[in-house]
Amino acid sequence: MQLTINGQAQDLGDLDPEMPLLWALRDILGLVGTKYGCGVAQCGACTVWLDDNPVRSCQLTVGALAGRRITTIEGLGQDELHPVQRAWVEHDVAQCGYCQAGQIMSAAALLKRDPSPSMAAIESAMAGNLCRCGTYTRIVAAVQSAAQSLAQIDCYEVGESAQAAGDRGGAAV
Amino acid sequence: MTLGEFSTVNRRDFIRWSGFGLAVTGQGLYMVAMAQPAPEGELNPYIVIHEDGRVLISAPNPDVGQGVNTSLPMIVAEELDADWASVEVIAAPVDPQRYGAQFAGGSLSVRNRWNELRTMGATAREMLLRAAAASWQLPREQLTTEPGQVVHGATGRRASFGELAALAAQQPVPGEGEVTLKDSAEYRLLGNRVVNAAAEDIVRGHSLFGIDVVVPDMVYATYVKCPQPGGTPSSANLDAVKNLPGVLDAFLIKGDAVPPVFDLRNSTHVAGGVAIVATNTWAAFKARRSLQVQWDTAGASRDDSAAIESQAVKAMEQVQGDRELVRTGDPDRAFASAASVLSAQYLTEFISHAQLEPQGCVAHVSGDRAEVWTSSQTPGFAQITLGKLLDLPAGNIRVHQVRGGGGFGRRLSNEYVREAALISQRVGKPVKLQWMREDDMAFDFYRAPTYYRLEGALSDQGELVAWRNHVVSASADGDKANYGAGYRNKDFPDRVLANVHVTQSLVHSVTPTGAWRAPESNVYAFAEQSFLHELALAANRDHREFLMTTLGEDKWYEDGNLGRLHTGRARAVIEAVTRAAGWGRALPENRGLGLGFYFSHAGHVAEVAEVSVDERKGVTVHKVWAAADLGQIVNLSGAENQFQGSVVDGLSALANQRISIREGAVQQRNFDQYDLLRLPQRPDISVTFLSSDFPPSGAGEPALPPLAPAVCNAVFAACGQRIRSLPISRQGFRIV
Repeated sequence: MQLTINGQAQDLGDLDPEMPLLWALRDILGLVGTKYGCGVAQCGACTVWLDDNPVRSCQLTVGALAGRRITTIEGLGQDELHPVQRAWVEHDVAQCGYCQAGQIMSAAALLKRDPSPSMAAIESAMAGNLCRCGTYTRIVAAVQSAAQSLAQIDCYEVGESAQAAGDRGGAAV
Repeated sequence: MTLGEFSTVNRRDFIRWSGFGLAVTGQGLYMVAMAQPAPEGELNPYIVIHEDGRVLISAPNPDVGQGVNTSLPMIVAEELDADWASVEVIAAPVDPQRYGAQFAGGSLSVRNRWNELRTMGATAREMLLRAAAASWQLPREQLTTEPGQVVHGATGRRASFGELAALAAQQPVPGEGEVTLKDSAEYRLLGNRVVNAAAEDIVRGHSLFGIDVVVPDMVYATYVKCPQPGGTPSSANLDAVKNLPGVLDAFLIKGDAVPPVFDLRNSTHVAGGVAIVATNTWAAFKARRSLQVQWDTAGASRDDSAAIESQAVKAMEQVQGDRELVRTGDPDRAFASAASVLSAQYLTEFISHAQLEPQGCVAHVSGDRAEVWTSSQTPGFAQITLGKLLDLPAGNIRVHQVRGGGGFGRRLSNEYVREAALISQRVGKPVKLQWMREDDMAFDFYRAPTYYRLEGALSDQGELVAWRNHVVSASADGDKANYGAGYRNKDFPDRVLANVHVTQSLVHSVTPTGAWRAPESNVYAFAEQSFLHELALAANRDHREFLMTTLGEDKWYEDGNLGRLHTGRARAVIEAVTRAAGWGRALPENRGLGLGFYFSHAGHVAEVAEVSVDERKGVTVHKVWAAADLGQIVNLSGAENQFQGSVVDGLSALANQRISIREGAVQQRNFDQYDLLRLPQRPDISVTFLSSDFPPSGAGEPALPPLAPAVCNAVFAACGQRIRSLPISRQGFRIV
């Protein structure tokens, strides 16, 4: 079984096609940034991108993913931090940090489709990501500040570059 | 047991011990205590300075999101006068001989280690100064430090810590009295905003947490327990399960045929269950669908939460309980002669911790040795209780502390460590045990339900002259209150008011309960501070003024003891928060301000909530102001983050969280049945820390207790409905 993850073709061997992407990432590929929180799409800790859309990887079976592009937190910013990751550091958002990869994937997907989101758009995009530590105040500030810095550096070069580099280097699916 | 009892190492001896270690080439007690040679360049157990200028500082206590991976090293760095940009934080190994009691609980990390860590930093700084003095042939007194450097002011000569490290490590260790700690006015780092030391690893999704640990030859396990605590497996279709794809083994663990209790130091309890070992987590989880188990429930819980509550409510019909906990003055006479008496019953339900990382542990038991990687808040107790369970000396058990995805008290117990170890012992390989979320919610040490019948006596001047509290406590043994269900001695009201009577009755419950962020305080504050608002209204007085007056004269109830109430500090935070919130201003209809104050974990904290209530009982929390005196602030960003989080967490808990139990089994299984506050529901939050010369206290817990009464008092101000039970959804309210 082959999946394209962070621009790289990955051979998963003879894997149970029912295995959720979450566990394939974590246990098979060692990409542990994507987190298990609930297993029922309630908490958002496992958020990754399927093509350009944020999805709950606990609900996607690997058997249904052939030919789709998957981006995880490890693929968002590679050498340099993605502007959303940088904003997360600057605002010192995290407490325990467990949910934050999922939060960042939701936020970065939002800014990709809506570069200057209203408060209502931010609230709607982030409502599916739980943070038990209660860092919501800082999450909103970081999303707004990432939107501003993205506006300054003109579109989405940094986020795209990792994907593009991977696309060039990766085998065809 | 209180969390304070964790800290049993004699601080003074400990520093002296470690002090011997400062001389890397030296001999003596330190080497004995260490039982292994000190790493090269180590100035003491906390500090290693590399020649290239990197300063490694060990964070001794577990970090589960409370930020002590940053705040504790900051204290060392301040006194060392290190350049924070060159500091790398590493998690200290679990080693009580070198690091004393390593735990995360009671908001005690900063408070307990303040003197120790300052001394460590200052001692190392002194050795660097002496190294420079020796090298430059100059008197030590003429030298000082700037961040990362020793400087000779008169000539401008300077050397980096890295250049001096090797020579510094050869200096004799300064004795007691030879090291001067900084005055707070000299601080360069403490009190500033410092980004969490793990921030970049977190946003990059690096391997950090317990769930991320991978060791060679590791297999994966899940553990299915009896839904009724105390139940044990009598049989299961193990052969069928073993034949499933990816499953390596399946077996019963008999376990203890009684529900567990929250005894951190001694408990070796293991719940009975079925272990499924597989080649990956998913294979183990999927195999559970085919598992059929017959349980023996002879010793299992038959609790029913609704029945527990109805018994407690019936018990609260009595003004006084079965036994006396506190009696000061002459409360009976004060009540008999009062101008008016007010009475109200407050109650809360079981709730779960719901930290976002479900429990798990990697363990490797092999022969007479064990090694575990755990996010436990008490890794030292993990070592002790695992040793008892496996009948191994503590020295044969190596514990690695790993970042935890949320703690809140859930990781104080170590049953998941013991489960992983038993499974590893059986399969003879390293095992990663992973609980499902459903296990995590079903097998918690819950926050206990609480029941308080409060009475206040008012004089004809509207003064609060006497206080009664009949506490009804869940109890497994019919003698002691279960953890979190009792009543701890308090300065307010027990000593502040002249006439106080606290009594207790017990209702039977064996459902495991434990420490949930600010245990007892977070529920008692709701009752006490809501009832004080009721009393103020009954006395026809402004709530703020009533609270300030009721606190009495400025007084520290034990000079020098941060754990005791200081009414001057209390009044100052109430003053600050009400000023910030514009207390007394006119508000639109259906909108109100509410106030709560509470002293816990050595922190004086007051909060004001501004809410509006719509006709469908939807509560919008517009803003929460918090003001606190925590003494010296260590990391302003970290402390503020804890306060913002406490406000959200407090709202989350009061809105709609409840665990209900039928025939011993928890009914809620996942977040679709147990609501955490979501981002759109968050209020604006404003946090003020009062400038304070007191030593620092912890920020993780004390902001939580005042939140519920502030919000519920605001709801009353907005719509005239008094909330006396949590969650507020019981009375039809919801947070929008």
